[in-house]
Parts: sequence; structure tokens; C-alpha cells
Amino acid sequence: MTIATDPETQGWFQRNRMIITPLMFLLPGVLFFAIYVIIPIFQSFYISTYEWNGLGDLSEQGEFVGLDNYRELMTDRAFEVSLWNNVKWLALYLLAIPGGLFIALFLNQTIVGIRLYKSLFFFPFVISQVVVGLVFSWFYLPREGLLNGFLGLFGAGPVNVLGDPTLATYGIIAAGLWPQTAYCMILYLTGLNAVDPEQIEAARLDGARGRRMLWHVILPQLRPATFIAFVVTIIGALRSFDLISIMTNGGPFGSTRVLSFYMFEKALSEYGFRMGYGSAIAVILFLIMLVFIGYFLWSMWRDERDARR
Amino acid sequence: MLKKLTSAAVALTMTTGLSGPAFAEAHSELEGTLRIISDMSNPAPRAVMEGMAAEFDAMHPNLTVELDIVDREAWKSQIRNALSANPPDVVNWYAANRMEPYVDSGLFMDITDWWDAGDYEGLESVKGAMTMDGKQWGIPYTYYQWGVYYREDIFNELGLEEPETFEQEIANCQAILDSGRKCYTIGTKFLWTAGGWFDYLNMRTNGFDHHMALARGELSWTEDEGVRQTFENWRTLIDMGAFIDDHQTYSWQEALPFMVNGEAAAYLMGNFVVPQLRDAGLGDDQIDFYQFPAINPDVAMGEDAPTDTFHVASGAQNVEAAREFLKYVTSAEVQTEINGPDGLGQLPVNANASVADDEFIQQGFTMLSENATGGIAQFFDRDFPAEMASIGMEGLQEFMVFPDNLDDILARLESARERIYE
Repeated sequence: MTIATDPETQGWFQRNRMIITPLMFLLPGVLFFAIYVIIPIFQSFYISTYEWNGLGDLSEQGEFVGLDNYRELMTDRAFEVSLWNNVKWLALYLLAIPGGLFIALFLNQTIVGIRLYKSLFFFPFVISQVVVGLVFSWFYLPREGLLNGFLGLFGAGPVNVLGDPTLATYGIIAAGLWPQTAYCMILYLTGLNAVDPEQIEAARLDGARGRRMLWHVILPQLRPATFIAFVVTIIGALRSFDLISIMTNGGPFGSTRVLSFYMFEKALSEYGFRMGYGSAIAVILFLIMLVFIGYFLWSMWRDERDARR
Repeated sequence: MLKKLTSAAVALTMTTGLSGPAFAEAHSELEGTLRIISDMSNPAPRAVMEGMAAEFDAMHPNLTVELDIVDREAWKSQIRNALSANPPDVVNWYAANRMEPYVDSGLFMDITDWWDAGDYEGLESVKGAMTMDGKQWGIPYTYYQWGVYYREDIFNELGLEEPETFEQEIANCQAILDSGRKCYTIGTKFLWTAGGWFDYLNMRTNGFDHHMALARGELSWTEDEGVRQTFENWRTLIDMGAFIDDHQTYSWQEALPFMVNGEAAAYLMGNFVVPQLRDAGLGDDQIDFYQFPAINPDVAMGEDAPTDTFHVASGAQNVEAAREFLKYVTSAEVQTEINGPDGLGQLPVNANASVADDEFIQQGFTMLSENATGGIAQFFDRDFPAEMASIGMEGLQEFMVFPDNLDDILARLESARERIYE
């Protein structure tokens, strides 16, 4: 900076502006993050040690019960079901990543109208989850639904996907995969734009093609896109709520609940007045998420460190 | 969605034939603002609520009524926030145990004094539903009967009579099944409809007092023989295939077409089903109503008749106006008007009000006043504590789909009972 003058004549703010300016820019974000995310996390821990109906003041109406809520969770079968459903969501939701990659590779070509095809494939991500849920619940309807009409052509069925406790969760996950695959696809499409054509050329000269080309040349270059796809899919799987609420409302007999839905039911729904218990579920969900978030943060930090070297 | 009512709106919404000024002379000293949050969001109830607010506003020139109508389903979870911070003066809610969390937390005002002062003449018979811990916490404004609504034309076609005993009910059902139809439509996706069946089967099998003791947590779900017998009776119907298939997938509205199309012959439901059936194209010669038949001849008939209510928030600013409004709502004239065929089409809570000239309301009134000697219950999810109701109805739904799981279900309900009632 050539315009810099003698530091002695500058004010305090001028001298420290390189530190103060970023701090000022960060302040609103940090403030809101603290108020709406960090502090509530600790409040949840605190409330989870109380039996409180959420009405009136916690210090007056609440009763301190220590870890009783967590002890009860250990024996609560509905909690166990919800936890397992979360695991199913996590595992099956990841199918969106290879699915998205496949569609992206397929659409990554220059033919007439490709933009239209791309937007059609992206469409399910744009529409609201509520609409997706409704569309799929009509699709699954036991008598009028398209699915059973289709199965009927082959003499199979009818199945009541959302009414069968063993199938319902899978039915909802399938509905969730529809928009999530579109999301992963768009991530990969942008990633494919950044793939270095020279490397592909070089690989081709060396005789790589097909699967080997994909695995050894394309995919390594898509690593940033894959990372983001993992992050959004895992977080998406853990916070699944709207589809469940729309499609089955947690039923039949609670077989499609996940932790976030169960927490809502226990603490905030029509019949839910157990803030402490709901908070305990939230804490467990938070700890599960923390494993993934910790891993993501660590790997981002590692990448940045490597990049700086 | 704030709906402010000024006297200009009065002319539009006035549907009642009451002479407002007659009231006004006596009570015109009310001042300030009366804030009401109502959950009467369906078209007909909404018009009734807006009409009442407008008329009350007109009766008290110095008082402004501020009415806010919230979606009925949304209100069930919003009420706690509404009552906690900057509460309104008057809110809608439900009677019996549904009041408990708000009574326990001191969010509803104790209005025992107003009851004792004779504000609510003619409401003696419904006082019990508003009572908790020996005090009154609000006032009812409407209630409706439950019962079996059936396709009269199908019954005529098969030559069936309205059943009075469970044996007749089963014989009817068999005839209906033989004609290729289902006996009952039901949609249990949101669970409570199954609660209605349990209420009736248990009240008929073991009587009203047993049912209430169960609701209070005094009886064991696993040990009590009566409870087992109730499920046994229910199972008879389930094993016959009396209920429509896949009911766990439907809401109660989605189950209506089965009855409208003639695939099912009857629906155990509240009287609010009648307008829906009429709108769907069924004439009054096609729908009729009968009281749920007796099962155990030794017990008196108990009935479900859910009551909807008004309460004063304990943080209310304008208590005087709220008191006057409650008195206004329960007066015989207003009761006749708002529960009439142009209003809610339900039963008035005031004994001095007249009952609308409607086939179903009249039958319901006769049934509740003459043949409900066992007692009048609110409904499964209003009589049982909230958490017990939610776990219980889930179990009932499971039983209707997998009756073989009964032991497991009852064990679950029993462990919930031991924890919830302590």
C-alpha cells in the first residue's frame, strides 16, 4: 500500500482497521448464531434435566429430575424405533449421491435442449417437501394410487406402502430421495464443469476409458462436489421431518417416527407437554449430528491446511 | 391474520335476530379493548364467531372487540404460546382433561366466583365438564353427540332395523358384509377416530364409571378383566372384517367416500359428519342416526358428547369485559342462535335455549337427555391426560390393524399408565 502514511499520525481505528473491519463484519453473524444456535444448545441440555410442561416458568413449574429423562429414553421403545429409523434414513439417503452422479454424467453433454432436460431433472428439488410428500402419498394410495395400478398390470399387489409398518419408512425415504437426488445432481453438474479437459485428454491417450476413466480421473476431480453432497445428504437425512409429518404423521402406530419427529411429538405437538423429555431427545440427536459435523469440520480444516502449504 | 372488528363491520356480519340495544343499556359501562383468540376457523363456525364479536361490540359502544381467528388444528399447539406472552382476554379450548396443562400452570383464570354468582343460569348440567380441583375454569358454548350415522337406503334395501343390542348389531353387520359391503368406514391416520370406538365399546361393556376410572388411571390395562372384555368385543367386529381395509392410511375425511359411494354402510362419528355427508350429495332420506347399541344390559348407556369452550386467560387485561362476554355467549338467546341450523348446527349448552329443528340435532338431543343415564363423557383424548391419550390411541390403532398384538399393546399402555399418573 503506497498511500500509507506515517503510522504516528493515524488514529487508533485507522491503525487497527485490518483487525476491526473483519470483526465488525462478523459481529452480526456471530451474534445471531450465538442467540439462535449456540445458546439454545446449552438450554436444551439444561431443560433435559427437568420435568416441565413448557407452560409457565421453568424455575417455578419445572421439577429437577437429573438424568431421569435419559434413563427413560433407554427403556422407551418408541425412541428405539425412531433411532433405528434415523439409521435407515442415513444409510438409504446416501443413495442420492451415486444417483445424482449418474444423472449428472448422463446430462453432461451438449445436445439440443439440454438445458430444458437439466431443469426438468432439477425440478423436484425446487418444489416444496410438503408437495413432494402429498404427491407420493397419492402415488402410494392403497386403491387409487398409481403404484398399485402399475403393480396390478403385472398381477402383483395391492400393497399399502404407508399403512404397513415394515414398509412405510422405506416409502417415505423413497419420496425423500427424489428431491435429494436432484440436489446431488446439480452439485455434480457444476463439479463436472470444473473438470480439467487436458487431464481427460491425457488419460484418453494413455488408454483409460469407461469405468477406469470415471474412477481414476473424473471422480478424484469431483472430490469437492462429493464432499458437499455428503454433507447436505447426511444433514438432510437427520433432519427429515416434513415428509414424515405429511405422509404418515409418524404412523402407523409410530413406526415411521425419527428422532426429530418424536421430539416434536413429545414436546410441542397437540398432546406433547414434556419439554424435558423432548429436550433429552434433541440432545441425543445433537450428539449424533455432532459426530458428523465434527468430521466435516475436521476434514475442511485439513483441506485448507493442505492448500495453504 | 388479525381480524379487527369495528362497528362498521357489524352490519355485514350480523346474522342474529337479537335486539342488541336491550343488552347494551344495562352494561354499556364496559370500556377499552376485549381481545379474543378463537379457533372457530371452519366456514360456519367462523361466521358465528364473527357475528358474536360484532354484536357484542355493537352492544357496548365504548368497547372495541378485537377478534383473531386461528386455524383450529394449529391452535392446538399455538395456544401455549398465546397464553404465555401478552395473553388475550378470551380464548377457545376444550372441556375436561384437555384443560389440565393450562389449569395446572395457572394460565386459565379461575372463574368459580362467576359461576357462583349465577352468571350462567341454565348451565348446571354441563358444569362438571368445566370443573377441575373443585373449581370452574371456563364456560362451554356448544356440544354435539356421537353415534352411528348410517346409510338408511342400504339398511332398507337389506331390510335391516336400527340395532338395539350388540347381537343385532353383529347380525346387521353380517348381512351388510354378505351384500359385498363393509359395515363401518373409519380413517385412523390421526388416531382419534379409534378412540371413539374404544369409548363406546368400553362404556357399553363396562359402563361409564369404569370408563372414567380408566381415564383417571385407577384401573390397570393388563389386569382388569373388563378392559380385556372390551377388546374381545371389538375383536369380534374386526375378525368379521367389519371395518374398511387400510383405514390406517386415511384421515376421517378421506374415509367419507366409502360411505358416500355405498361401499360401507355406517360411520361412528360426531354430528359434524352430517354437513359433510350432505355436501357429498347424500339426501336426508339416505342418512340416519342411531345410538350405539347396548352390549352389557346391566350397565346404563353412557355417551360421548364433546364440549367446546371459552376460557379467560389469567393474564387478561379486560376481565370485566371478558366476564360479560362469557355471560353473553351462554345466554339462552345467543345459545339458540349460534347452535341453530344457520350457525353451528349443534346442541346448545343452556337448558333454556331451544334445540334446532333438524333431524340429527333433535335425535341427538333426545338421546343425550333421555337415554344417556350412565353419564356423558367428553371423548378419549379429552378425558384421558394428553400423553396417555396419545400413547393409548396409537395402541388402539395398532389393535385395529393387528389384533394379535393385544398383549403387547396392553403392556405398553400399562407401563405408560404407571409412569403418567404416578
